[in-house]
Amino acid sequence: MAFELPALPYDYGTLEPHVDSQTMLIHHTKHHQAYVNNLNAALDKFPELKDLGLIDINKVVGTDKVPGDVATTIRNNGGGHYNHTFFWKVMTNPSNTNGPSGAVKEAIEAAFGSVDEMKAKFNAAAAGRFGSGWAWLGVKEDGSLAITSTPNQDNPLMASLPDTTSMVPILGLDVWEHAYYLKYQNRRPEYIAAWWNVVNWEQVAVNFDAAKTGTVLL
Amino acid sequence: MALSMKIQASSLIAGQRRVRPMTGRRAVVIKAALELKAPPYALDALEPHMSKQTLEFHWGKHHRAYVDNMNKQIAGTPLDGKSLEEVVLASWNGGSPTPVFNNAAQVWNHTFFWESMKPNGGGAPTGKLAEAIVRDFGSFEKFKEEFKSAGLTQFGSGWAWLNADKSGQLSLSKTPNAVTPVVEGKTPILTVDVWEHAYYIDVQNRRPDYLTTFIEKLINWDVVAERYAAAQK
Repeated sequence: MAFELPALPYDYGTLEPHVDSQTMLIHHTKHHQAYVNNLNAALDKFPELKDLGLIDINKVVGTDKVPGDVATTIRNNGGGHYNHTFFWKVMTNPSNTNGPSGAVKEAIEAAFGSVDEMKAKFNAAAAGRFGSGWAWLGVKEDGSLAITSTPNQDNPLMASLPDTTSMVPILGLDVWEHAYYLKYQNRRPEYIAAWWNVVNWEQVAVNFDAAKTGTVLL
Repeated sequence: MALSMKIQASSLIAGQRRVRPMTGRRAVVIKAALELKAPPYALDALEPHMSKQTLEFHWGKHHRAYVDNMNKQIAGTPLDGKSLEEVVLASWNGGSPTPVFNNAAQVWNHTFFWESMKPNGGGAPTGKLAEAIVRDFGSFEKFKEEFKSAGLTQFGSGWAWLNADKSGQLSLSKTPNAVTPVVEGKTPILTVDVWEHAYYIDVQNRRPDYLTTFIEKLINWDVVAERYAAAQK
């Protein structure tokens, strides 16, 4: 069973004006599709790796469970497929977004002082990631919330990579230039600020509840 | 220091526009400019292969920001007043780069990139460089394939490079983000920027098309040949 490009949970134009429809179309049908295709091609010769499923494939990046000759391809494309699948779901129609509440809000306040302070730290991580990468809010092994950024298509599931803060992501933002260049060009901070308008806090809460039990959703 | 900056600024303003004849005297060197150096052609001169809009953002915003941010970082520090190359090498710090490196190296890389292109560029090299390409890659076609492949396989942001050593031996390399072969002790003679900002306005995700256009229509082989000759001195 090959991996497939998941459908977007909304139309290409749903996140307008914050994330433009042309970007969503190219991002989903070209960039994410390419990660899926490349991952499938690499896993063709390694059925036992394919059988692990996408989350565990990400978790074994950097370990000897991944054969040397496909290690980089799996890291880049397994990471890319997970990251984008996760990303589409933590965004929603801007009219749907109400800010965090309940347990996840309390956890944010406990870890960062306030939601605004969390956003400031997140924005800094997103703006400060030089080159391509992602910013993440996640649950660490000790149950606390933390913010980190990763390069390229790495993610916090890849605990065996040096320099990776091991977390279960509950919210993430793509800061590869392809995620924002058509509308924002060099103005990454503007993209980051606008993106908060489309965060799907319901999904973040679901992710948080699962993460607290050590479960990574897909 | 203030005087030298003023001289640099006035020569930048004076020279901001025309292409200096580059025939044989010496290779293009990146001057000690802690100013944003303009490309040696107008921002629309590479059309239709690289759009004016791309140059306006790529040079006018990205390159400019690297210069401004670097200058802010080094003001009042021992790097203040040093040449760009000195700042790049010092901030590389033997492989544990300081925060200055990303900006300084990107200033250098982008100037080197603009000067690697020209209107009505592309075509093929001649003379000693052409011979070296055939010797070291098998053929010019093979070189083009491998250079394109280097650009395609640099995952994420970065650069692809053609380098020459003192004996005239050519080699390809690719680097992530701001890294430059200069800090690896190599002498680059040609580069292509594969950060997405270099091509997203023009061809979006189609990096292969961008690389083909760069190779076929933009490379300034005269400058590359001069750099090649200089590398062997």
